[in-house]
Amino acid sequence: MGTQTSIQTSEKPLGRDELAQLVARDIAPGSFVNLGIGQPTLVSNYLTEEQNITLHTENGMLGMGPAAEGDEIDGDLINAGKIPVTELPGASYFHHADSFAIMRGGHLDICVLGAFQVSATGDLANWHTGAPDAIPAVGGAMDLATGAKDVFVMMTLLTREGVSKLVEQCTYPLTGVGCVTRVYTDKAVFLTGPEGVTVRETFGCTFEEIQELVPLPLKAA
Amino acid sequence: MLNFIDTVGEAVAGIKDGSTVMIGGFGNAGQPFELIDALMDCGAKDLTVVNNNAGQGDQGLALLIKEGRVRKMICSFPRQSDSWHFDAKYHAGEIELELVPQGNLAERIRAAGAGIGGFFTPTGYGTTLAEGKETRFLDGKWQVFETPIHADVALIKALKADGKGNLVYRKTARNFGPIMAAAAKNTIVQVSEIVPTGSLDPENVVTPGIYVNSVVRVDSAAALNGKVA
Repeated sequence: MGTQTSIQTSEKPLGRDELAQLVARDIAPGSFVNLGIGQPTLVSNYLTEEQNITLHTENGMLGMGPAAEGDEIDGDLINAGKIPVTELPGASYFHHADSFAIMRGGHLDICVLGAFQVSATGDLANWHTGAPDAIPAVGGAMDLATGAKDVFVMMTLLTREGVSKLVEQCTYPLTGVGCVTRVYTDKAVFLTGPEGVTVRETFGCTFEEIQELVPLPLKAA
Repeated sequence: MLNFIDTVGEAVAGIKDGSTVMIGGFGNAGQPFELIDALMDCGAKDLTVVNNNAGQGDQGLALLIKEGRVRKMICSFPRQSDSWHFDAKYHAGEIELELVPQGNLAERIRAAGAGIGGFFTPTGYGTTLAEGKETRFLDGKWQVFETPIHADVALIKALKADGKGNLVYRKTARNFGPIMAAAAKNTIVQVSEIVPTGSLDPENVVTPGIYVNSVVRVDSAAALNGKVA
């Protein structure tokens, strides 16, 4: 553990926008990508033209552009969060079964999702708290988790109560089994896979401090 | 048999109590508001409704639910900030919910139209939504058996129909339209414009007229601009 602090790449924890910027930078040029509702949508603000990324929205479009403003707003052109968006040159429209075939068929390179919990083996819980009076709603979360080649999660490492959301086993209902490949948090980036969890880099703390917060054995990259 | 019908009221008049009705649309895009309003006025009840959501605000499907006409919802995302009518019925135990992952919902609808008796899909494996369903290890992954969703009626919205019932849609308002048109015994379409046969490029037809039973024109300005999400 002689290199214990060398994976710290930032003095402070990352804010939501800084984290989105980091995820955007990690997306390989030419990728087909689906950004989930909420924090993952911020990633689109930091994708560059040179990256030539094509965004998919599960309600039936490839080549989605930025959010629509003013006269651009068109009720027939919305994203999966039902926000009015724009189309880029080369965009295409297709029906729902084709849109989910694009996911399930493994044609998307990356999807970025939020999460309640991620397990040591990459299980994802992000659709339901399991509270008895909550109305369950799943949307496309299970399809995205299962279908994309890489599933990136963006979340805060800790709950408001200070409990790690990276866990040995999820206690919330699962969205997908062993599907998450990377977890981007305010305090560290984790790589998940069959060999366990590796910390790629830390922000505002050391590897040892991360290990104290997360209740499962971690490896430093 | 294809019919061109003058009013939305006449178009939905034959819908019986207890029917399974597919309603197109994702959010407000592609939602056939005028046909839903007509369904409300025609009085049909005890309906099973298939839609991605369970109504928003105080219009369309939300009102049908509020009035107690929907016995069961088959959908992927019933809980929204403005789904208060569904929320109330659900908490009162007055509506049944079959929650289906969105891609499974789409593929089950597609399967019905395509004459497929069921299929195995990896989506949902290992989750509560796959409980009690047959699973198999196929093609290197665990998959779950899902069955088709058939319907008596589909209410959908398209941009244009020609005299053969061929349809084109507009942008993301296409969503569930083409697959619901194929899955229902009786497909009723509201369009903004009816164009002469031969004026749609056959290469660009999205839903061939064979899937369409009734077409009714609804004022395009209202349909396009009146219901922005």
